[in-house]
Amino acid sequence: MTQPLVPVLTANWGQERSWKLDSYVAQGGYRALRLALGRSAAEVMAEVKDAQLRGRGGAGFPTGLKWSFVPQDNPNPKYLVVNGDESEPGTCKDVPLLMASPHTLVEGVIISAYAIGAHTAFIYVRGEVLHPIRRVRQAVEEAYAAGYLGRDVLGSGFDLDIIVHAGAGAYICGEETALLNSLEGRRGQPRLRPPFPAVAGLYASPTVINNVESIASVPAIIARGKDWFTSMGTEKSKGFTIYSLSGHVAHPGQYEAPLGLTMARLLELAGGVRAGHQLKFFTPGGSSTPILTAEHLDTRLDYEGLAEVGTMLGTKAMQIFDETTSVVRTTLRWVEFYKHESCGKCTPCREGTWWLVQLLHKLEAGQGQDGDVDKLLSVCDDITGKTFCTLAEGAVACVTSAVRHFRSEFEVGYTTPAWEHLPYDASALFPVESEGGRA
Amino acid sequence: MTVAPADNLVTVTIDGVEVAVPKGTLVIRAAEQAGVAIPRFCDHPLLEPVGACRQCLVEIPDAGNGRGFPKPQPSCTMTVADGMRVETQQTSEPAARAQRDVLELMLINHPLDCPICDKGGECPLQNQALEHGRGQSRYDGVKRTYAKPIPLSPQLLLDRERCVLCARCTRFAEQISGDPLIGLLERGAKQQIGAFDGVPYNSYFSGNVVQICPVGAITSQAYRFAARPFDLVSTVTTCEHCAAGCQLRVDHRHYEVKRRQAGDDPAANQEWSCDVGRFAFASARGDDRLTRPLRRGPDGLEPAAWPDAIDAVAAALSRAQGRVGLQTGGRLTLETALSYARFAHAVLGTADVDFRARPQSPEEAQFLAAAVAGRGPGQAVSYADLDRARRVVLVGFEPEDESPIVFLRLRRAVLRHGLKVQVVAPLLSPGSRKLSAQLIPAPPGAEAAALAGLEGLDADCVILVGERLAGSPGALSALLAVARSSAAAWAWIPRRAGELAALEAGLLPGLLPGGRPWDDPGARAQLAAAWGIENWPPAPGRSAVEQFQAVLDGQLSVLVLGGLELADLPDPALARRAIEKADFVLSLEQRRSEIAQLADVVLPVGLLEETSGTFIDWQRRFRPVAQVVDRPRSGLTEIRLLSVLAQALGSDLGWRDAAGAAAAWDGLPAWTGPSPAPPAVPVPAADRSAAAGAGLRLASWRELIDDSRRLDRADELAASARPVAVRLSPATAARLGLDRPGAGPVELVGPAGSARFDLVLDSSLVDDVVWAPARAPGDRSLAGLGLAPGDPVRLSSGGDQ
Repeated sequence: MTQPLVPVLTANWGQERSWKLDSYVAQGGYRALRLALGRSAAEVMAEVKDAQLRGRGGAGFPTGLKWSFVPQDNPNPKYLVVNGDESEPGTCKDVPLLMASPHTLVEGVIISAYAIGAHTAFIYVRGEVLHPIRRVRQAVEEAYAAGYLGRDVLGSGFDLDIIVHAGAGAYICGEETALLNSLEGRRGQPRLRPPFPAVAGLYASPTVINNVESIASVPAIIARGKDWFTSMGTEKSKGFTIYSLSGHVAHPGQYEAPLGLTMARLLELAGGVRAGHQLKFFTPGGSSTPILTAEHLDTRLDYEGLAEVGTMLGTKAMQIFDETTSVVRTTLRWVEFYKHESCGKCTPCREGTWWLVQLLHKLEAGQGQDGDVDKLLSVCDDITGKTFCTLAEGAVACVTSAVRHFRSEFEVGYTTPAWEHLPYDASALFPVESEGGRA
Repeated sequence: MTVAPADNLVTVTIDGVEVAVPKGTLVIRAAEQAGVAIPRFCDHPLLEPVGACRQCLVEIPDAGNGRGFPKPQPSCTMTVADGMRVETQQTSEPAARAQRDVLELMLINHPLDCPICDKGGECPLQNQALEHGRGQSRYDGVKRTYAKPIPLSPQLLLDRERCVLCARCTRFAEQISGDPLIGLLERGAKQQIGAFDGVPYNSYFSGNVVQICPVGAITSQAYRFAARPFDLVSTVTTCEHCAAGCQLRVDHRHYEVKRRQAGDDPAANQEWSCDVGRFAFASARGDDRLTRPLRRGPDGLEPAAWPDAIDAVAAALSRAQGRVGLQTGGRLTLETALSYARFAHAVLGTADVDFRARPQSPEEAQFLAAAVAGRGPGQAVSYADLDRARRVVLVGFEPEDESPIVFLRLRRAVLRHGLKVQVVAPLLSPGSRKLSAQLIPAPPGAEAAALAGLEGLDADCVILVGERLAGSPGALSALLAVARSSAAAWAWIPRRAGELAALEAGLLPGLLPGGRPWDDPGARAQLAAAWGIENWPPAPGRSAVEQFQAVLDGQLSVLVLGGLELADLPDPALARRAIEKADFVLSLEQRRSEIAQLADVVLPVGLLEETSGTFIDWQRRFRPVAQVVDRPRSGLTEIRLLSVLAQALGSDLGWRDAAGAAAAWDGLPAWTGPSPAPPAVPVPAADRSAAAGAGLRLASWRELIDDSRRLDRADELAASARPVAVRLSPATAARLGLDRPGAGPVELVGPAGSARFDLVLDSSLVDDVVWAPARAPGDRSLAGLGLAPGDPVRLSSGGDQ
């Protein structure tokens, strides 16, 4: 690996007013669209398929393959839906992209919709991020005005409308079928599968749902070709991606690099753990992926490498925690998030996260009883594999992995509050108002 | 159940038992076939799968393709595949563990208030926790608490702490009845069922959610704290409130009915009932219940001894020498109706019998005799035909109000099979909208023309007509004509449960039991032989209206009236005058009524729950009515009473109880002679006075929940009635100057009076027609105003005087 960083999606983020159409075009933007429109839809789909682009939203499903599932003989309209409901603790790649270069996504949407034969595309953006939503809306407006959208895009005969939809504040709407429900104006809860969205998704019509980063990667693949894309990455994880580093790291932020570099290398690029401290644990792909520790620094950051050590690439969001951090407290905060975001549809997630939070509160406060850690694991076991969707798997994964690596620290909760065992001030990155001494 | 063709079957192995089930069957249903009960909460065979509770997890080591699922799978959402192997809690420890784990989570927030919960003792959560759960809870945290209970409607109460969020109730409201007035609110552990602010869950079918709730989260005011399930005695019977033929399970304790629930009859109500069938059962518990005979004395009606009352009736009936009119209403079982028929024909020697306590016409009597009477289930339309039909046309029939289970079945066919419903009516009612029905606009009186104009009918179409067509000249004739020419099937669906039984028993002028025409000498001879009738009156008998007229004309001297309400009659004023003029009026009643108050002798009769018998539903199926309470408060059943009266008249009814009447019915040979001629009333010419916009015409029907006396002592049910209002099209309202916002109530003026109503503008309504409910609380019955559907009517601004 000669080139550690390969700015593609992030290449123009530093440009003056990078979110504006003229700036984007000046950087070569919308060139890929012209190339794509000059080819047949099948050729564009084949290019993406052959580039072996895999979904960047967490699951890593091959994007081109997903597109090919859309039945072309279905009489209903076909839809492309872009999942921009980025809400997971630690994950921060789509929102910066929407903020800095919304046209990258818009161009990707037009090419992708062309490939699958959709004439309406939806960009579903997390409702809390108002500023990026405005930028995407403005980008769409600019694209209409420039003839990239609407009827007869660039004289190609292809019609496309993009609708930008703001979510109403639910993590579960990042789950694709819950997102479709939300988009239809229904309750944001996941749907039964089958039918799968490719066959009966939005408004019971064939629908492709892709992550922002996946779609945003398409223009580069079209412009520079599948060979360029597959020259990066590892055997089964091709191309580049955005890694987001946060927490106890010297230079937090987004790092765009080929798949498969190691955590050690990535940390090095980010200036290492904050000065004077050592790595205690980190998430490889957001809070729903089982945590890793310093012993995993040499693990390859790609789909396979992380699966080998029992975790997932997820959203490539590395939350980095040093030795001052209470893993009990961190786990509790994550589980509180999942309890708050549980949609309530199925029993194990709804009731299980309620119980986990109570157990973890007791352990944090040093009021645990002998056996509570086993009970914690047992409740995780009650939940895992039994829920309607995979949200609860994430809630459970952070608990089980934390106990696996730091069981003794949880057992300290039988006698000692976490804030006494590892005073919280020591892990603060900046001064915060103290909340009864345990902020 | 219909048997699926063999090529549509797949074979699955469940706990080692092989079963062949139709493709598309859910694993949980296939397991039932294999005799394995998988625990479940959200699953319900009549609702769409949701997979929410996760209680029914099973292992699937082979999905039919040689590969298994790594994790337990919900059996309520997964369909079978050929060669699939399923291991449930009975044979798989992981499946049993998964179920135990889910149940543990299900219970952590469930209150331990079983001892005071209505569901305790018949609770799926209790039962399944005992069978599949841990003996003891490991949960020592804080339970979720809510204010409890909160009302969802006047009738229903919600206890959110008990709710397991299975969404059966919300799915019922949306998928079955089409009243999505309850839904899931909030999320996560705070998720809860709720109604919209200020919009109660008033649905004709709301009580079903109490029954399908797998815990005690939704309870009814009617049954709350009324009994423990294990103290109740259950009786399976048939509902008496309409002709839908619903099976009911009636629970009583201490000789008092405590509640009624829907029975499970796949050929009729499936597992549903309407709220009237469920909650209207206590109307006879008031002070007006008659338990002793009453006889008119110098100071009005006074309690009388049974022998005195019987003697008085016998003397009056003897004196009348056959100049007796007999009316029974539409509430009787076949056995009781047959007893009245024999009493009339063989004991009294009168043919003046009529069961129709409602608008009627000679055309209708001819129609019923020629085309309805004497047909069995094989010769009639059924619910299953509605499932199979391509198109159903409703004429003079509002199923949600007049036969609610027909409405549910139509809605199911619309949603599942794409049935197309058309409705010949002056407006799209709430029920029609829920059926996505297409309106064929017809002002009252234009039904015959609309029927004659129906196009594209064929054998895959069904026309459903209601008893209201009696008031629309030519409509029933047109129905028969169009059915003959198009091969479309049709059914006549009366509102009351006993009308078809009364018709079969021959309680209609011109008709004898078993569909025999009165004027056929062979028919009369058959009956004379069976019942020992020596003399027949000279003419085939008078209708109810004609009887009242005949009393006023001096041709009839005595009226025998059973179970009639004055307000139900087509001309209440005429009836009152006749009752007042008659030499003698015998009233047979369960409760005091306006007519009973005017009678000379009132004999108390038993309640339906105190007797047994048979109803004939609109599909012509014989539905058993079982005796629920075997310690009647009234002395005699109606049949026993008629037998006693016959004896007092020196005659013999031939039987003394329902079993005897049923045997007599079975002993009557089937009538194979000619049917009477069908009616041939021409389609009336279009009414030009209405078309010219000169006047308003009245359209109306009875809503399911109105001021009917059957709803007495079911106040919460009555409170769920639709808001009482008259309806006008916006154009007509503008023409009448009634469209000003906030114009206030309007005055509906008929020949016999006027009444005030709220006004609703309804753009589906035909111009120059005003729709009003036939009965409304506060003395606002249209009959009382001298009005019938189709009549010209005046509407004036009620002002604020």
